Parts: sequence; structure tokens; C-alpha cells
Amino acid sequence: MAERHLIQGNEACAQGAIAAGCRFFGGYPISPSSEIAEYMARELPKRGGVFIQMEDEMASLGSVLGASLAGMKAMTATSGPGFTLMQEHLGYASLAEIPCVVADVMRLGPSTGLPTSPSQGDVMQAQWGSHGDRSAVALAPGTVKEVYDLTIGAFDVAERLRTPVTLLFDETTGHTREGVSLVEPDPGSLWRRPMPHPAPGHLLEAFVPNEEGVAQVPDFGRGYRFHVTGLMHDERGYPTSDGSVAAALLERLERKLVPVEDWFPPEEHCLDDAGVAIIAYGIMGRVVKQVVDRLRAEGTRAGMFRPRVLWPFPARTLKRAINRARLVVVVEMNAGQWAIPVEQAMEGRVQTVRVNSLGGEPIGVDELCEQVAKAAFAEAGVA
Amino acid sequence: MSREKELLRKEMMPHMLCPGCGHGIVMGAMLRVLSRRFETLDDVVLVAGIGCSSRIVGYIDACTLHTTHGRALTFATGIKLARPDLTVIVVTGDGDGLSIGGNHFLHAARRNVGLTCVLFNNETYGMTGGQLAPTTVLNAYTSTSPDGNTEPAFDAANLAIAAGATFVARGQAFRTDALEDLFDQALDNDGFSFLDVMTDCTEYFVRKNSLGHGSDALFSQGSVDEEIQCDLAAGPTLRAADGWPTRDILPTGVLHRASRPSLSARLELAGQAAR
Repeated sequence: MAERHLIQGNEACAQGAIAAGCRFFGGYPISPSSEIAEYMARELPKRGGVFIQMEDEMASLGSVLGASLAGMKAMTATSGPGFTLMQEHLGYASLAEIPCVVADVMRLGPSTGLPTSPSQGDVMQAQWGSHGDRSAVALAPGTVKEVYDLTIGAFDVAERLRTPVTLLFDETTGHTREGVSLVEPDPGSLWRRPMPHPAPGHLLEAFVPNEEGVAQVPDFGRGYRFHVTGLMHDERGYPTSDGSVAAALLERLERKLVPVEDWFPPEEHCLDDAGVAIIAYGIMGRVVKQVVDRLRAEGTRAGMFRPRVLWPFPARTLKRAINRARLVVVVEMNAGQWAIPVEQAMEGRVQTVRVNSLGGEPIGVDELCEQVAKAAFAEAGVA
Repeated sequence: MSREKELLRKEMMPHMLCPGCGHGIVMGAMLRVLSRRFETLDDVVLVAGIGCSSRIVGYIDACTLHTTHGRALTFATGIKLARPDLTVIVVTGDGDGLSIGGNHFLHAARRNVGLTCVLFNNETYGMTGGQLAPTTVLNAYTSTSPDGNTEPAFDAANLAIAAGATFVARGQAFRTDALEDLFDQALDNDGFSFLDVMTDCTEYFVRKNSLGHGSDALFSQGSVDEEIQCDLAAGPTLRAADGWPTRDILPTGVLHRASRPSLSARLELAGQAAR
């Protein structure tokens, strides 16, 4: 049994990153994420790593992408307004296939909003914030321990699939201190980016995909000479204006992310016989778990589905898990951002109800019980 | 075949530069210096932003990175910190480097990141159709200053000096021998080297302002240089008498040198102290 430590979610994120082999952090201060940067500033230099505070969030992610191309596992951390500024480089990292991790500790927006209040308002931004058709990866830890584990998981996905990965958690999870036993991964079990097979030198195959659909781009300074661009490019990495090449590239980038939902199974609580399936992620999962137990005690067969992968949308997993439900309740600290794809996935076969909190406060157990019971009552046709 | 030609990616030809554009001349000068300094460009990373000048990195057989508009220096900073042993060269334009990327420019110079930034300064946005740039001289016509520019221009070299660059020089497409020498000296510096290079956008800027042909624009750079060297520069304008737009008289050559540790050097020191 590993030693127990009292740490906050933001520290768990930084510790997870270091355990995953992250040795470069480029950041810019913003509440409520700054503890991640502060931890990295203290710890990375001791481990041969590099911390740099850049001039803004565009620069932060730019420096991270540069360090990653030069072979380092690299990350940054931010919150809503900073995450917005990073969207350009998230799109760049997707198209140019550069591994990186961005932790977005969500606060209430839009704009400066409520900088120290929790929110889940960046869910749609994580998928659609950058221009163009881009498939994104976003993981949503719900506890301090899970922040640690999913940060390691985020680096694995970033490296294996050469893609940016966003960690979405909220201010409450970032600042809550919990006693946790963290298990450091065996370094041999960590994923490293796929490396090219051809001999070094003038490389014309930098973006030829492997069997998982991932480009095998070498790191800079390892004897390969090649080109990386944010323009649509062919398998040499050279710019092209051929529409069929561009379309095929976009399809491959979407396809390579499809397995991600299988790598991080959801937390399912009492779902087997649940007529009422409550969907919640992040901090709201902790509330919903108690709500389910109370509703069950009162005779309602409720269950919880808590996804750890928000994007790409885990439609297969969701449909399999809640196939008995007559009623689906989506609980979020936003206006219903994840409810939209849930409703789409249900294809109108199951009634869905949204429960939302917009004021920067998680919804409490009492209030949520009441709302779910009311919805269940209405669904049963008794009202 | 000459050595610098071997450093070109032939499969990327033909290039996309316009007839008469000075950018190819500047690239040629850079290639000649690189071919003298390096056997292969395996450990040379060329990083560019967006614009005509930024496209040239794709033509060079090195580790080349064509990034986002204005942000090349941020990527380059990450590369240099991750691999201080690599030679990092940033290719940018005046719009890319001084307008959208102006903040990154100031901070890269302030940090004294160990890289060489070459700014192809043609006083306009060429790729998007000849719009107003922060370097466009007063009174010049561009597609977004149809009645003549009313804003003063930046002096990129002065900005770099003020921000903390440790090597600052200005060269010209007109004088490739001098340009090669300046680029060579820039690469010798451990810290942030900045090279402002005068070049001309023949298709937009030169035509919009009726400056003649590409060669006319190129030779006009020479007159700037000569007037300064002969101490004949009487006023801030050179070509107004001919009905041409004003062109500020700018000094060329090495403009500034300072001795300060590079960012990599400082970080290594900091790391040792913490241990």
C-alpha cells in the first residue's frame, strides 16, 4: 500500500505529469490553475526538466509544442480565458500531430466571469473551440486521485496517438485536498510516441501513419530532416492544396481517436437495473453517487454513469451502459453542453432531462434528489 | 552542383515567391552561410510563422517547422530549451514578427533565447494582398491604406535593442555579401540575435506605389546605404521628390552587441543552484 498524502487536485495533476515523464512546462498564471505551474516551477529543475513562464497562453502552448517536437513530454495548465487563447495552437497540434497535454481547471465564464468559482463551462470549447473540423480528446477526472491517474493517462494518449489531450476538471477538484495513495506507474508501461522506421537523413515519410493511424514523426535533432506545417499536408509533411488529400488527412485524424473511449472505462454505479440513469462527470459525479444511493433507499431504481472520456463522445460505451433506462438525467455545471450529444445519441428513444447549475456552485444532494424524483415521477406518467 | 543548392528540397520546387521578390535573394544568402557552417542541417531547426517569408523554411533540407501566425518564436523557445545543442533559426516577416507576433518578439529578445531571428522586412503583408503593416512607411499606399498610410512605422532593430537582444543588425537583399556576413555573425552569438533584412514586395507594395520594377526597388535600398555612408542623408525622406512614398533612412550593418548570458545558460545555472 502506497503512502497516503494530503494533496489538492492541482498538485495531483503536476505530480501525475512528472510521474508520466513530463519534463517541460510552459505556462502563464491564471486562477484557479496556477498551483500546477508553481509546483512544476519548483520540481522540474530538480529532475532535469524545464519550466518557463511565457508571456501569454498562446506562447505557453507554442513553447510546449516546440519542446514536444524536440522530444520532450510537455504540458501547460490554464483556465477558461487562457484555454480560449490556446485554441489556435490546439488546432495546430491536432493537424500537425504534436503530443501535448493541456490541463484546463474550469472556472465560471464567459469572459473573466467568476475566476475562483467552479464550472464545467468549457466542455464544448474543448471539442469545438478551435476552427475547422477537429476531433479532440478530453478527459474528466472527478477526484484528486483520478486527476493524478488521468494526467498519466492523458500523456499516454498524447504520446500514443500524437495528439493534444485536454484534462477538464473544475476549480473544486483543483483546490480540494484529499488523502490519497498515489501509485507511480512503472516507467516501462508508459507510452512513447511512435518512431519512424526509415534510416535517418532526408525523410519523405514523416507523416506516413502506423497501423493505429498515427503519423510517425521523428523528434528534431535526431538525424532526420523533415517538414512540419499547419497547412494541409501529404504523407511527406509537405503542403498540398489537393482536396482529396486534405479530406483523407482529416478523416485519419478523427479515426485514430476512436479507441480512446475504450481505454478509460466510465464509473458505473448501480446501473445494471437502473430505470433512471443519471449522467454526470467531474465533481458532479460525487454528488450524483449520493443521490443514487438516497433515491434507491426511497425505492427509485436510479444509477449513475460517470464518463472519464468526454471527447471523442463515448457513444458506444454510453448506449451499452444505460440500455435499460427509461429516463436519462444529465447533470452539469453548465447550460447543458454534454447533454446535447447525449440527447443525440439517445435518438429520441429515451426521455432525457437536463439539470444545470449556472451560478458557480455545484448542485447539492437535496436539490438534485428532488429534481430527479420529480422528473422520474413525470416520466412514469403519474403526474 | 554548388553546396547551397544541395541544401534545397528539390521536390518542393517550384517555389511560390513572385518574380522580382527579394525573399529568394535573402534565402540564397542564408543558404550560402549555412552551407559554409554545416556539413548537414541535421541539427539545424528553421522555425517560421505565416507569410511569404515564412514559407521559405519548407524549401530548406533541415528540420523545418512552419507554425502559426506570429508565434514562431514561442515554438522556437520551446525547442531551444528542450535541446540547447541545436541551432535554432526563426524566419519571420514584418507583419508576422512585429504585429501579431510583436509581444513574443519583445519577450524572446528580453529572455535572450539562444536563437537567430531573421525578419524579412518588405513593409507590407504580401501573402494576403499587400495590406498595411506596422513597418509600412508614412504616406505609402497599401490595399488597407488607400489614401496613404497615416501611422508611423516601427524600427524593428531599435525595438530589439530596447527589449534586450544581444546582437542586432540590419542587412539588405541589395547587398548579399554584407548580408551573408551579418547572418554569419548573428549565428555566432549565444543569445538572441536579430537580423532585420530589407526586401521588397514587388507584386503589391512596389506596384501600388508606382516604384517601378523589382530591380528599381532593390537599387533604392542601395541608395539608402550609400547616402548614409557618405553622410549625405539630409532628411527623413529619400524618394518623395520623385513622387515615390517616403522611405525612412535606416542604418545598416551591426547595430548593437551586448554580452549577457543566454536563457539556456541561466537556466542551467539555476538548476545547479537548486540541486
